[in-house]
Amino acid sequence: MSVEGAGLIRGFIETGRNLVGSYVDPRRWVTVQYPEERRATPENSRVYPFLVYDGADPEEGLRCVSCKICEKECPPQCIYIVPAQDERGRPRKHPAIFDIDISVCMSCQICVEVCPFDSIKMDQAYAWDREDRFGGLLLHKADLARPNRYYRELHPAEARVVDEHLARERELRESGVRAAVRASLPGSGEPGGGT
Amino acid sequence: MIDRGGSRRDECEAGGEDAGRLEVSMGPQHPSTHGVFRMDVVLEGETVVRLKPVFGYLHRNHEKIAEQTTYLGSMPYTDRLDYFCSLTSNWAYALAVEKLAGLAVPERAEYLRVITAELTRLQNHACQMGFMLQDLGAMGTPMMYAFREREKILDLFESLTGSRMMCNYMRFGGCRADAPAGWIEAARGVVGDFPRFLDEYEALLATNEIVMARTQGVGVLPRDLAINASASGPVLRASGVGYDIRKTDRYGVYDRFDFRVPVGDHGDCYDRFMLRLLEMRESVKILEAALEQIPAGPVIDGKVKLRNFKPRAGEAYGRIEGPKGEIGFYLISDGSASPYRYRVRPPSLINLTALEEMCLGQKVADVVVILGSIDIVLGEVDR
Repeated sequence: MSVEGAGLIRGFIETGRNLVGSYVDPRRWVTVQYPEERRATPENSRVYPFLVYDGADPEEGLRCVSCKICEKECPPQCIYIVPAQDERGRPRKHPAIFDIDISVCMSCQICVEVCPFDSIKMDQAYAWDREDRFGGLLLHKADLARPNRYYRELHPAEARVVDEHLARERELRESGVRAAVRASLPGSGEPGGGT
Repeated sequence: MIDRGGSRRDECEAGGEDAGRLEVSMGPQHPSTHGVFRMDVVLEGETVVRLKPVFGYLHRNHEKIAEQTTYLGSMPYTDRLDYFCSLTSNWAYALAVEKLAGLAVPERAEYLRVITAELTRLQNHACQMGFMLQDLGAMGTPMMYAFREREKILDLFESLTGSRMMCNYMRFGGCRADAPAGWIEAARGVVGDFPRFLDEYEALLATNEIVMARTQGVGVLPRDLAINASASGPVLRASGVGYDIRKTDRYGVYDRFDFRVPVGDHGDCYDRFMLRLLEMRESVKILEAALEQIPAGPVIDGKVKLRNFKPRAGEAYGRIEGPKGEIGFYLISDGSASPYRYRVRPPSLINLTALEEMCLGQKVADVVVILGSIDIVLGEVDR
């Protein structure tokens, strides 16, 4: 340490090692050439929510029963739901309007955690550049609906658990044990209840 | 009132007349200020004779919002306090609520908390050193090396929590999700490689004559002032006070790990810089032990309600040793679904209160270095 400038030279040697190393050592090849090269996102990765539907019809197959739990629990209040009505004006277990303002959404996943019907899940699409910063980032029911197939592709391990759970529930319902279904639902169970 | 110990301010103001003084407003968008922070600096020649920190530009009403929303609803907002270290803010808040409601945390969750908190410390300290050296004029290189390492840790965070920075991972009574398959091994790999980076960083800069000339003896925070100003974290320890909440409170499972608390001698910028390097080496030791010992089991207490969570009336203060210092949450519950009072004790803000004392008598170019050495994040300062 007595030689003036020895520390500087040590630093330069380190920089030089990095410079040369970046040509030969694969551990130093860290740059991803983004638009051309895209790394796969991990399964747990989350961006914005979407709605799951079963079957082929994105409207009738929606799992959402418009219980409004997610609307109530959403910390930045970016979800807006209006329940559909039947011909006699009574609320149906289906959303007429389901909007998510993703310019407000902070991707916290709380809607997914509180949903007792496994109907809202997190998407992994991250490129959300739009010309219109208001309307373009306000997603409606039709933009949000995705088939269960899509969910399985994004989160295979998680989807397997959800599918098994739903299948068991359907079985119980078909065998007429409605009370057992109610007891096996997570949380308070009853849609719109427990508030 | 802070006892400013002999006061360098008096010495600096002994000159009296304002003639020849220049008032410079550094910020709020000065590239060196780490965000929207402003310093009103009064100069005599190049020497600082007065400095007034001005903050509040990033005020987002965090505490009041938390009093309107549910206990769970505040958790993602705590990510956005110190956006470099969301997991430690999560933990401090979860700890406060767990104290309030009297919840126990499963062992595996405690280990996951320690692992994520120490990984957070590694990436925060690495980047803080990079930022500080960038302020010194080491353009790019040290910071890019730090970011290269940070990237690996953020990838771990993404596969564990779903998000790279806004993790929102802790829940009352545990953690939200268990580590996915292969995660512990991946973490072991990253931690195993980390000392190589530390050696490299040390060789790059620790004995660099320019770094030493610019930081040694600059921005000295005396021991007494550090204590009286309620400083915490590396800023306090660099001034020679061996105070680490991981040791004094032994929250979580920290009593099971063998690690030392590095302490500085001089309280100058160089000590704060080197102390972080030493702390990272200790964190690597904790991480290696934690990744070895982590038991199987549940990660969350299944009986804790996610919705309609109403802790009994009372108050609690939960604090942990964040990378920047003591991060604490003070909560008063009236038994309803949202806290009656919610208060954050942000380490960045409290450490920043001693900024003027550190800067008086220094050159204006050193102010930038001193600010960099404190390690602030404005999201937390202004809340």
